[in-house]
Amino acid sequence: MKIKKSMYPYLIWLLIFITIPLLLVGYFAFTTGDSINFSEFQFNIDNFKRFFTPVYMKVLYKSVKLAGISTIICLLIGYPLAYIISKENKKKQNIMVLLLLVPMWMNFLLRTYAWLSLLGKNGILNMFLMKLGFRQIKFLYTEGAVLMGMVYNFLPFMVLPIYTVLIKIDKSLIEAARDLGANRIETFIKVTLPLSISGIVSGITMVFIPAVSTFVISSLLGGNKYNLIGNIIEQQFRYTGDWHFGSSMSIILMVFILLTMGVINRFDRKKSGDEQ
Amino acid sequence: MKSIELKNITKEYDGNPIIKNLNLNIKENEFWTLLGPSGCGKTTILRLIGGFEEPTSGEILFQGKNITEVPSYNRQINTVFQKYALFPHLDVYENIAFGLRIKRVDESIIENKVTHMLKLVNLEGFETRRIDSLSGGQQQRIAMARALVNEPKVLLLDESLSALDSKLRKEMQIELKNMQKKLGITFIFVTHDQEEALTMSDKIVVMDKGEIHQVGTPVDIYNEPKNIKVARFIGESNILCGEMKQDMLVNFSNRDFQCVDKGFEDNESVDVVIRPEDVDIVQPEEGFLTGKITSVRFKGVHYEMIIKSDGFDWIAHSTVMRPVGNEVGIKVDPENIHVMRKIGGDEN
Amino acid sequence: MKRIEEFTKKIYTFLVFIFLYAPIIFLMIFSFNDSKSRSKWTGFTFNWYRELFRDGEILRSLYYTLLIALLTTVIATAIGTLAAIGIHYMKGKRKKIILNMNYLPIINPDIVTAVSLMALFRFLRIRFGFITMLLSHITFSIPYVILSVLPKLRQMDKNLSEAAMDLGATPFYALRKVIIPEIKPGIFSGALMVFTLSIDDFVISFFNTGQGVSNLSITIYSMARRGINPVINALSTLMFIGLLVILIIINIKTDKEIMSKGRRI
Repeated sequence: MKIKKSMYPYLIWLLIFITIPLLLVGYFAFTTGDSINFSEFQFNIDNFKRFFTPVYMKVLYKSVKLAGISTIICLLIGYPLAYIISKENKKKQNIMVLLLLVPMWMNFLLRTYAWLSLLGKNGILNMFLMKLGFRQIKFLYTEGAVLMGMVYNFLPFMVLPIYTVLIKIDKSLIEAARDLGANRIETFIKVTLPLSISGIVSGITMVFIPAVSTFVISSLLGGNKYNLIGNIIEQQFRYTGDWHFGSSMSIILMVFILLTMGVINRFDRKKSGDEQ
Repeated sequence: MKSIELKNITKEYDGNPIIKNLNLNIKENEFWTLLGPSGCGKTTILRLIGGFEEPTSGEILFQGKNITEVPSYNRQINTVFQKYALFPHLDVYENIAFGLRIKRVDESIIENKVTHMLKLVNLEGFETRRIDSLSGGQQQRIAMARALVNEPKVLLLDESLSALDSKLRKEMQIELKNMQKKLGITFIFVTHDQEEALTMSDKIVVMDKGEIHQVGTPVDIYNEPKNIKVARFIGESNILCGEMKQDMLVNFSNRDFQCVDKGFEDNESVDVVIRPEDVDIVQPEEGFLTGKITSVRFKGVHYEMIIKSDGFDWIAHSTVMRPVGNEVGIKVDPENIHVMRKIGGDEN
Repeated sequence: MKRIEEFTKKIYTFLVFIFLYAPIIFLMIFSFNDSKSRSKWTGFTFNWYRELFRDGEILRSLYYTLLIALLTTVIATAIGTLAAIGIHYMKGKRKKIILNMNYLPIINPDIVTAVSLMALFRFLRIRFGFITMLLSHITFSIPYVILSVLPKLRQMDKNLSEAAMDLGATPFYALRKVIIPEIKPGIFSGALMVFTLSIDDFVISFFNTGQGVSNLSITIYSMARRGINPVINALSTLMFIGLLVILIIINIKTDKEIMSKGRRI
């Protein structure tokens, strides 16, 4: 059919701006040389060897750890909220979802900047502590600040997919469970929770991926001390100029994320079945 | 013995009454059907009995005990939902075992009971099948098994056959009836399909707009509809306006007819029901009325013919076909003329 | 018992929303503060707003942000919609491959997409600036258009376009008169999404710009790295109010649509 031709512009775009760039990154990752002038390239795996040394493994570990913790916190805060919203009447639901969306539409940098002024040495939180007679605490430029920034920025990404799945659950399934003798807690554990696994999975991916690859939150709220893998990639491309090493880390990050997604998606399918 | 008793039940949604001061006594070990058009409140009654809704006022009694406040999970009543509501994340075995697991029944007993239920619904060997791999009829049976394994005293069935195609539906009707007899428990079935209600039920409750119009056996309801609404809802009928001259004599179509009804006031306005199969088509000179055949349709076992007589279209069923345009006579036996009181303020 | 539960629910919801809004509200309040302090209120002023409107860098980046967002929306929506229609009529393995390729930029972390595009532009020896930023914005936007149009195509009656062509319409005419009107809501929501994503983007813009071209996110980032600046607070306040106004307008519009639809029924 002729109508298929309408996708040719996209195919060309896909080739030039998605496929070739990724191949280029792959090419850079497996070569060393002068990346500023594109010369003296040599094929080797030196970049990967360099990455798998304690210094960078620590960075990877820290990135995964922080992203993992913030994902868990988002899940623990977000699931109850999504559940509460899903039980409200339609009108209240819409308002609450809107309230959830508004901060998300606010510029990401501004949201992070807000915490900069809240957590700072002379920020409002420390002022409160002083007023209450406590000593100043160093909030900013700590792991906690980075975590806070991640949870604050990505929490709505956890709530929304879970909420979407929860409201789609057929109400008669809940009634059926009650009919068969399950009380509210049993109904939740045996029916609602397993049926919302797909929402949890997409919430986890939507929080974990940006959290593990961020460099903005860590550089604004963590100062220079809290280098994550995103910061290292940024430095390689923007300042150090070692694109080869930067590329190898990008490839590692990408593969890591695709593998993680593959694993949790399989879990999702096993649990809730291939409904979609 | 009374199984379920509804006392002065009223149910309102946002101030709109769905059920109006309704009383109903359902006997034990019988197959009861709530029949009525959609929106008549029959499903609401089922949900009230099941414990999914609370009545605005009134009491629900189960074996003489008030259960109005008892939550659904503590009632000895189970439900087969309209679209079955089988858990998509569990396989057939786990679906049936659900209620037993909640009660923390021993694993070996669960296995015995589930296997027994699967045998009862003729689906042995389906234990590990996924719900979405089952056909509508199979899902229906699993839903039955899931409810019955808990050995309820009452089984509620909410339009449980409406999702099936007509052949399967007929089969399941018979199967349901047999199962009810075998188990000896009360079935309360909700449907808008009058044929289904007539086939399966011990008692039918005909409802409309939140009120009960008639409670009776299928034969009663078919032969002796209490009013025009019941008559219209149960089967095709010829419904005419008439006047009761005196006991056993009714006037309609400008002619007096012998009938078997009495107890009306003289000259009371009434509705007259005559079933199409009771309309005898005879030679014009033999008939009480004469008319002309205006349409003939072959219906398989019989022909459905429309006879225009004195401005009224009579529907008649007969195995003998008369061609369109034929002048014919209409004859009705006195015992087939059914006279009903008019309902207050009703149209016609 | 039930009342305690209701109460806990309300408190919980309230606290989470406080957590989400408190930082923004503090930011807004202190945009009117007379001094640079972030904790002590020293008096009311419009000074930071005055400074904001005098700041050439911010105004220039606002201009670039809007220009790029508009161009990206138009181009990405056009390419994406056509692509979605093409993909919809594809079958089998090819369709699967294209769909997976489409997911790649969405799943991939922004930073990976950013550096891969950076590598491409470097390889092609295109000078970093407005054009590279626009091209990269279009690249990360198209997949979202496709994903919001495809479901609408799936909802569409399969025979609709076939019927149109059966009645003598050329594929192009069927596209314009039958398919596009059917999937309009999908196109519209895709376009809206692209516009907001483009305005909000930082990472991909950050790596693919040059020659002094920067958008609001980049400007805010460099200002924030230099330390606290109440001008940023003023900017946040204006952006937040702008956002609210847009939301209210959209809400009123959809409310009216719903009402007029309701009347028709």
